[in-house]
Amino acid sequence: MGIEIKMPALSPTMEEGTLAKWLVKEGDEVKSGDILAEIETDKATMEFEAVDEGKIGKIMIAEGSEGVKVGTVIATMAGEEGEDEAPAPKAAAPAKAEAEAPKKAESGTAKLASEAKATVADPDLPEGTEFVKTTVREALRDAMAEEMRADERVFVIGEEVAEYQGAYKVTQGLLDEFGGKRVIDTPITEYGFAGIGTGAAMGGLRPIVEFMTFNFAMQAIDHIINSAAKTNYMSGGQMRCPIVFRGPNGAASRVGAQHSQNYAPWYAAVPGLIVIAPYDAADAKGLLKAAIRSTDPVVFLENELLYGRSFDVPKVDDYVLPIGKARIMRPGKDVTLVSYSIGVGLALDAAETLAAEGIDAEVIDLRTLRPLDTATVLESLKKTNRIVVVEEGWPTCSIASEIAAVVMEKGFDDLDAPVLRVTNEDVPLPYAANLEKAALIDAARVVEAAKKVCYK
Amino acid sequence: MAKPTTPRPTRAEAEAKSPVGADHNRPRPDTPTDYKASKEELLEFYRQMVLIRRFEEKAGQLYGLGLIGGFCHLYIGQEAVAVGIQSALVPGKDSVITGYRDHGHMLAYGIDPNVIMAELTGRGAGISRGKGGSMHMFSVEHKFFGGHGIVGAQVSLGAGLGFAHKYNGDGGVCVAYFGDGAANQGQVYESFNMAELWKLPIIFVIENNQYAMGTSVNRSSAEDQLYRRGESFRIPGIQVNGMDVLAVRGATEEALKWVQGGNGPILLEMKTYRYRGHSMSDPAKYRSREEVQAMRDKSDPIEGAKVYLAEHGVGEDELKKIDQDIRKIVSEAADFAESSPEPDMAELYTDVLVEQY
Repeated sequence: MGIEIKMPALSPTMEEGTLAKWLVKEGDEVKSGDILAEIETDKATMEFEAVDEGKIGKIMIAEGSEGVKVGTVIATMAGEEGEDEAPAPKAAAPAKAEAEAPKKAESGTAKLASEAKATVADPDLPEGTEFVKTTVREALRDAMAEEMRADERVFVIGEEVAEYQGAYKVTQGLLDEFGGKRVIDTPITEYGFAGIGTGAAMGGLRPIVEFMTFNFAMQAIDHIINSAAKTNYMSGGQMRCPIVFRGPNGAASRVGAQHSQNYAPWYAAVPGLIVIAPYDAADAKGLLKAAIRSTDPVVFLENELLYGRSFDVPKVDDYVLPIGKARIMRPGKDVTLVSYSIGVGLALDAAETLAAEGIDAEVIDLRTLRPLDTATVLESLKKTNRIVVVEEGWPTCSIASEIAAVVMEKGFDDLDAPVLRVTNEDVPLPYAANLEKAALIDAARVVEAAKKVCYK
Repeated sequence: MAKPTTPRPTRAEAEAKSPVGADHNRPRPDTPTDYKASKEELLEFYRQMVLIRRFEEKAGQLYGLGLIGGFCHLYIGQEAVAVGIQSALVPGKDSVITGYRDHGHMLAYGIDPNVIMAELTGRGAGISRGKGGSMHMFSVEHKFFGGHGIVGAQVSLGAGLGFAHKYNGDGGVCVAYFGDGAANQGQVYESFNMAELWKLPIIFVIENNQYAMGTSVNRSSAEDQLYRRGESFRIPGIQVNGMDVLAVRGATEEALKWVQGGNGPILLEMKTYRYRGHSMSDPAKYRSREEVQAMRDKSDPIEGAKVYLAEHGVGEDELKKIDQDIRKIVSEAADFAESSPEPDMAELYTDVLVEQY
């Protein structure tokens, strides 16, 4: 029996990939470590090495094939001479292990995946606007590139943003277009380069500081809060700090507690900062452009799990969205689901399920978390009299808590039920797939909460 | 004065023992010489140092009267550092950033004593409209970028200002001042690394006043010769007598030459001393009265300047006239700071953000 070579998962979020190129052909002898193929993941083009020695049997998936699911058999390999007749334990072992393996440990973040989209167009767009399918990753890159073309003062600084083309490929192509003066690789020194970026902003430039993830921004949070956010106030309005701190935030897939947390409530608590957390690609583009143009310091929270998802982005010359304006993603009359970032997809999913059960949910994407568009939330409450907040993050002192407080203070008379929070469990994110799944929010919990406030 | 318990060779002795370029086979800045000041320049240095001293004494008094609140860090004893360095810079072109002991720096930059004192008393006429306080004062007009309360933050921010000078190609140099305490912060070394890597035009100035609050340099620093702290990043360092305004100015000239020559950053360690406590609430029990007195008697920067002035034939009478003028300026600043109204309540919510959203 030969060995089956399967499509590998080459990144934590990879579900499928493109088999870009075969570097071996049928009948080739290969040994462990030989490169078999080049595979494009959602992040990069990776070389796929042989693990075993043997002869390439049949190539099952032709090069150039896109969307090859992880685990698909892409080729077979005959073992070493003689092993065909009497399978060696080495060859047999993987097959056996395969058979006995527990069912595939699917990441808990899989349930965060949603292809859900807004059911209504952004009211700010003119009739007949053309749309282009764009991933969130490309939309962010396009926003930076457009602003860099328009304003010489804008530059990008961070780890692996230049030559590596971005740890998550968000800055792909920027070095080629703008050169090393404006796309700057740093050493692994978050505290230092956050300070340098902030100082450069004080000196009149417009830095975009990329954190590989916001988990690493903890090392730099002093500059974000003490240096960037407070300077304008403390200087009596003299000293500006127009800077964007951006990068992925929130849970990623199976990376454990230190690399999976949502900092939105942390930054949203700080006067002097603007905090933005977009859901879809159009918002990612329009809001990042606005963030770069803002004279105020902006914390721009992206989501790694959303980077690879495609959405319609309006084909408009200069697509800039207003900061501080929530968006109604789906109008409804029975209950308001308020969310932001990746939670919006779950809220939209839940709304579909609820619709089938006769509950008409309105979905609001907050988009900006500071300043918070409470007017849109309260307006919706007047209509539905019920609110559920959906947040991929911890419950304590969360954006959900804040919404609940605002609704209590300013919308008490409109409430027909208590505000409910659907959030992650109040624990560090566990690694084990089953526990991870249990700790994260999903659409079913949103449905349950919505029914509860509708007394159904 | 706190010195290492083991006697160390002087810098000249150490250099004499090791062959030239023993540590690195790289170009180094020349050994600086004392600045040759004209009589007029010396008078101006003297005037500024006396202004800082009288201003700070007055601030101490106002603090005692409860007119200044919170933290207040006086610059008394260190005047030669700010005055010697600032005098070599080009206002409006070079930028400056420092920590919380910032009053002296602002005065040396020619910023109006009235608005500084009014900021200390938290009045609407203060340079930050009363919303910054002693540690948070800025003058973008003078390219004075603060005034930072977090120990060491100004070093990274200063590297960013240097980055902006280079990016804009404006020929400016940033001077980032920090203390011997901040010299042990991690971000300082992150910034050293990037500043040298990118050849940023920045002069790092360690104002080594011997004590980080109550902890002496040799109780806190494995390498207590702080001018060497940049060596592993290939940043050359020079140790300077920070109690002598001409030595400070001379070293600054050399540092500017190095940085403006495109060689990247340089580190100046200014050996200085603060006569007062770390802040107003520090009883300074960690050192003896004798130590402070010996420093005042032997190394006072203002007395030192008087000696230089005598060599130029400037007599006591002329100095007395300057002293009287300065007492008047300081007393007016105090009156202004006491009589100005507190900020309007409407100021509470102004300048949180620049734009409307």
